[in-house]
Amino acid sequence: MGNKNMAARRGSLIQRLCLAPYSVWAALFIVVPLIFVAYYAFTDNAFNFTLDNVRRFFTATSNVTDEAGTREVHTYLLIFMRSLKLAVISTVICLIMGYPAAYIISTASARTQKIMIALIMIPMWMNFLIRTYAWMTILQDTGIFNGMLGLLGLKPIHIIGTEGAVVIGMVYDYFPYMILPIYSVMAKMDVKLLEAARDLGCNSFGVLRRVIWPLSLPGVFSGITMVLIPSISTFYISQKLGNGKFYLIGDAIEGQYVANNLHFAAAIAFILMVILLVCMAVMQRSANRRAAV
Amino acid sequence: MKPISKVYTALIMLFLFAPIAILLVFSFNLAKSLSVFSHFSLYWYRELFRDSETLGAVRNTLVLAVSAALISTVMGTAAAVGINKLRSKYLRTMMDTVTNIPMINPDIITGISLMLMFVFVGRLFGAATSLNFATMLIAHVTFCLPYVILQVLPKLQQMDRSLPEAAMDLGCTPLRAFFKVEIPEILPGVITGLIMAFTLSLDDFVISYFTAGNGFQTLPIRIYNMTKKTVTPKMYALATIIFFVILALLLISNLSDSDSAETVKKAKRKKAKAKEAVST
Repeated sequence: MGNKNMAARRGSLIQRLCLAPYSVWAALFIVVPLIFVAYYAFTDNAFNFTLDNVRRFFTATSNVTDEAGTREVHTYLLIFMRSLKLAVISTVICLIMGYPAAYIISTASARTQKIMIALIMIPMWMNFLIRTYAWMTILQDTGIFNGMLGLLGLKPIHIIGTEGAVVIGMVYDYFPYMILPIYSVMAKMDVKLLEAARDLGCNSFGVLRRVIWPLSLPGVFSGITMVLIPSISTFYISQKLGNGKFYLIGDAIEGQYVANNLHFAAAIAFILMVILLVCMAVMQRSANRRAAV
Repeated sequence: MKPISKVYTALIMLFLFAPIAILLVFSFNLAKSLSVFSHFSLYWYRELFRDSETLGAVRNTLVLAVSAALISTVMGTAAAVGINKLRSKYLRTMMDTVTNIPMINPDIITGISLMLMFVFVGRLFGAATSLNFATMLIAHVTFCLPYVILQVLPKLQQMDRSLPEAAMDLGCTPLRAFFKVEIPEILPGVITGLIMAFTLSLDDFVISYFTAGNGFQTLPIRIYNMTKKTVTPKMYALATIIFFVILALLLISNLSDSDSAETVKKAKRKKAKAKEAVST
């Protein structure tokens, strides 16, 4: 008896030893760095407390010249709104394209499902830099897309360096992250529910709207987060496909890092983090409310 | 499948693979042109293999990915064992929350946060450059750990609790019971975690970019630097090689039927699933 007790106590000692390295590591390299973001965001170069960095994000202005003339705009608020706009557009396109695809795959035979999912995942294994670069090749003014238009006798279109090109890049890079979670929810869906709905007089559209869509919402929500978060914080895609003309919030952070303005870079990162946390909390709540209904 | 479904799926596949196919074709183009295919040639492949900087980056990437995968798998598996046995609900929630942070946060924030800390600590010790291989390894281990833990934890929860107890009743020491009984039970999860950590580390650009410093270049960073200025078909040759290596790995893992090979194929999907589990 005493022997067994001692063994159990030794067991709990071992588990504490197991957890110790990770606890220290997580504290040092997950929690402390986030504190450093806040610390840098609210200090100046001499590490004295200041609100200037955060204030600069909300108040800095610059002049923009376009067809309508020269205007003064809030530099970083404009950048943030642009990031949000492009990320939301890309996410919506991914959802519209991905939802039917996920549904079609989930209704196919087991073998086809396996092959399809493997095919969708192959581009994910390629580095996103290469994937983005491929689109740069295609969309360039002298690129393949315009070459094909020329063969058809059409005039070339200028795409690279437009917001549209950035959206294409985002959609292409993050599209699999939309399909996979929706597919995995749909694949687990109980077929009997769909049959029951049909037996009770639902037409195909009714089944989709009243049964499949509500049941697939958890997958839709995670798909949205998995596309939205990388899109909103990207900087490579906008540099390559936007020709650096469309500064996104990720570009702003990266630019300040390259310019060695670490405190302002931290402030932008801090604000982005807070906004994303609020968004996720709101989404989580609405998801929970739907789940409750 | 209905015809319309077939057409739709075909279009999706075209969208996914056309850009990659174009890279493959133009890697064999002799001219530097991106729209006209002039002449079949292996010129750009020869150029690539003469590029010692890129080859060095490949070696660096592999060294980093292997070290990061091994460290995060050992530490993550141990952590999962510890977390699984936590009795306090409060501690458990805290551990789960902290573990989720690197998966939810955008890469750019993880990268910036680690960089700020490294720079600050480096300055404390008066170092001129504080970013090097070590800081990069720390960063990679940090973002790999949650994925390893998330693979191992469910296996521990599925395991029959009485198995290690039976082993101890039969005279095993707890340590021996752990290695003889628990480890074999959770091995599939550990291997998936290892493979995931390896692929995540291989593929990472953003976090590496902020924590690398000047001396140590991985392949994604090299690609970034190569694509910074001009377009060079050497990049296409590199992309083609990477594509066929990936394809070969997938085929091998499909052909061999063993459980651990299956996990290679599933690693990326598991990553997506892990993120999905966190975000819902």
